[in-house]
Amino acid sequence: MSDAISKETLLDIHRRMVRIRHFESTAGKLMEDGKIPGALHLYVGQEAVAAGVMANLTDEDQITSTHRGHGHCIAKGGAFNEMFAELYGKVTGYCKGKGGSMHISNQALGILGANGIVGGGPPIAMGAAFANKFHKNGKVAVPFFGDGASNEGSVHEAANMAGLYKLPIVFVCENNGYGEYTPQAKHQAIVDVADRAAGYGMPGVVVDGMDAVAVYEAAREAINRARAGDGPTLLECKTYRYYDHVGIRGMGLNYRTDEEVEEWKKKDAIDALERLLADQQMLSADEAKAVHDEVLAEVATAIKFAEDSPLPDPSTLLDDVYA
Amino acid sequence: MARMNMIQALNSAMDVMLARDESTVIIGEDVGYFGGVFRCTDGLQRKHGEHRVLDAPIAEGGIVGSAIGMAVNGLRPIAEIQFADYIYPGYDQIVSEVARLRYRTAGDFYAPLTIRTPCGGGIRGGQTHSQSPEAIFAHVSGLKVVMPSNPFDAKGLLISAIEDDDPVIFFEPKRIYNGPFDGDPDKPAVPWTTHEKGEVPEDYYSLPIGRANIVRGGDDLTIVTYGTMVHVAEAAAERVGADAEIIDIRTMAPLDVGTIVTSVRKTGHCIVVHEATGFSGFGAEIVATVQQECFYHLEAPITRVCGWDTPYPHAFEWEYFPGQKRVAAAIRDVLEAA
Repeated sequence: MSDAISKETLLDIHRRMVRIRHFESTAGKLMEDGKIPGALHLYVGQEAVAAGVMANLTDEDQITSTHRGHGHCIAKGGAFNEMFAELYGKVTGYCKGKGGSMHISNQALGILGANGIVGGGPPIAMGAAFANKFHKNGKVAVPFFGDGASNEGSVHEAANMAGLYKLPIVFVCENNGYGEYTPQAKHQAIVDVADRAAGYGMPGVVVDGMDAVAVYEAAREAINRARAGDGPTLLECKTYRYYDHVGIRGMGLNYRTDEEVEEWKKKDAIDALERLLADQQMLSADEAKAVHDEVLAEVATAIKFAEDSPLPDPSTLLDDVYA
Repeated sequence: MARMNMIQALNSAMDVMLARDESTVIIGEDVGYFGGVFRCTDGLQRKHGEHRVLDAPIAEGGIVGSAIGMAVNGLRPIAEIQFADYIYPGYDQIVSEVARLRYRTAGDFYAPLTIRTPCGGGIRGGQTHSQSPEAIFAHVSGLKVVMPSNPFDAKGLLISAIEDDDPVIFFEPKRIYNGPFDGDPDKPAVPWTTHEKGEVPEDYYSLPIGRANIVRGGDDLTIVTYGTMVHVAEAAAERVGADAEIIDIRTMAPLDVGTIVTSVRKTGHCIVVHEATGFSGFGAEIVATVQQECFYHLEAPITRVCGWDTPYPHAFEWEYFPGQKRVAAAIRDVLEAA
């Protein structure tokens, strides 16, 4: 690790990851128990990416997220109460219950929206970056997308235009090895999505997405570059989702092996960072447990908040279609 | 007052808004350096700067998507899609993103975005340069859909579209860019300079979106139409000698139901005319509305005159295009059915 990263930052990254882990694993159980309606695409396993990138961003910086978006929203500062309430479809949610899991957004936190359309976010983030450059406000835009989305024309169009206009934007590809249920080798002929950066006139960087410190450092360089006006970067993070495409157990079909999942879990980003923090005497086992317990208590409070919150009034069904 | 064709009127609208509001920007293919294939943005980049009038790659999804991002970040983008036939790569961004942005965020986000695009046939453009896809946008909640039929309306409505805080799809019937077209391709083209609607103020003015225009009053039947077909309907009514009330709806969404209903209740007869394919076309929405609101006033079935249910054929352009003869025949049928 680089000694340039402060203890405060490392603990911040750790907390962001732990928040995602417990939010997601609890939300997954609630979904599979039928308490949260609809489908959740959970982020467990990929925490280092959201946490490592977001630790470099301010509230004013902007992201677009994906259908697997809770982790991005939490790492960007999303509050558990409003997030759980949104999953439950309650009026106290970030979108008053009208968005749901795949569409959480918040202007104040710079979350331009999770997105149920694969590849839907990058063009919007690119336009947002254009406006930020236009206004000379120093903000950076970060669209997250997966290896699956990297095959969408929308991502190609956005990257080409971002390179052309030299925009303050960092394209973060979370390569978790699967486009939904299809392994990467069966959906694209390349191994590193970052190879495509050359075609857009921007640097392409590959980083171990299970190493939060490595993600943080690579993202810092790319974000600084964007903020300095030197243009976009394509940052590919090699990562893995422990759960199924949807839910925890999901459809229970054998498109990948248990051994593969277990191999990746050995590289668990939270465990790795906790080992590092212990080695550096920055966080003892007891202190780490205290972080987990605190977050778990916050999850429990938020679930109660969400369950106790009212559904939106049916009279608001037609609101907000137009100004 | 100045005399303008529709291209000049649209150019003037954008020029006025670029000067008036620093957040207005234009993005599209060939719009800046070149000035647009139909010249609608001619001179605007030179006058207002490369950062205001932006040349985009040939990437309609990227153009629409970037314009959405600009719009949520404090700009008022006008995205040009060079032909309406090219809009489909951007359709996902329009339907899945911008149309529902306000709703899915419960009003936290909105996007003041205008998408301009030339539509319609009559220029021998074939299947991919002639379409009128307004119905597939009017079908999507959250969008406003506009189609002017003359230079005066074009400028006033485009300014309203740019100022609107919701996304507006602005269709420009390219057959009437340079002059009104009554449906007879053999007649020499008439420029807008000789038409009263070619008189266009050079300064700022706006016309409300969602308001139809009664092009001519009449008592025998109501013709509900828009775009190029307004001029064809006028010529057809004259040909038959019918006392037709012709309504140019000007915007499909929101639809000015009141003006249509008041007219049909008066005349008891209704024809709906549009160039687009008939099946599931926008005319079906008008017909449904009229039968519900005017059923006991109707003296004949409501009739539609539309493009045939085929792609726009290169060889049969004037058989496909609902010209004067077909509209005139429909007028006679409806009046005789009484």
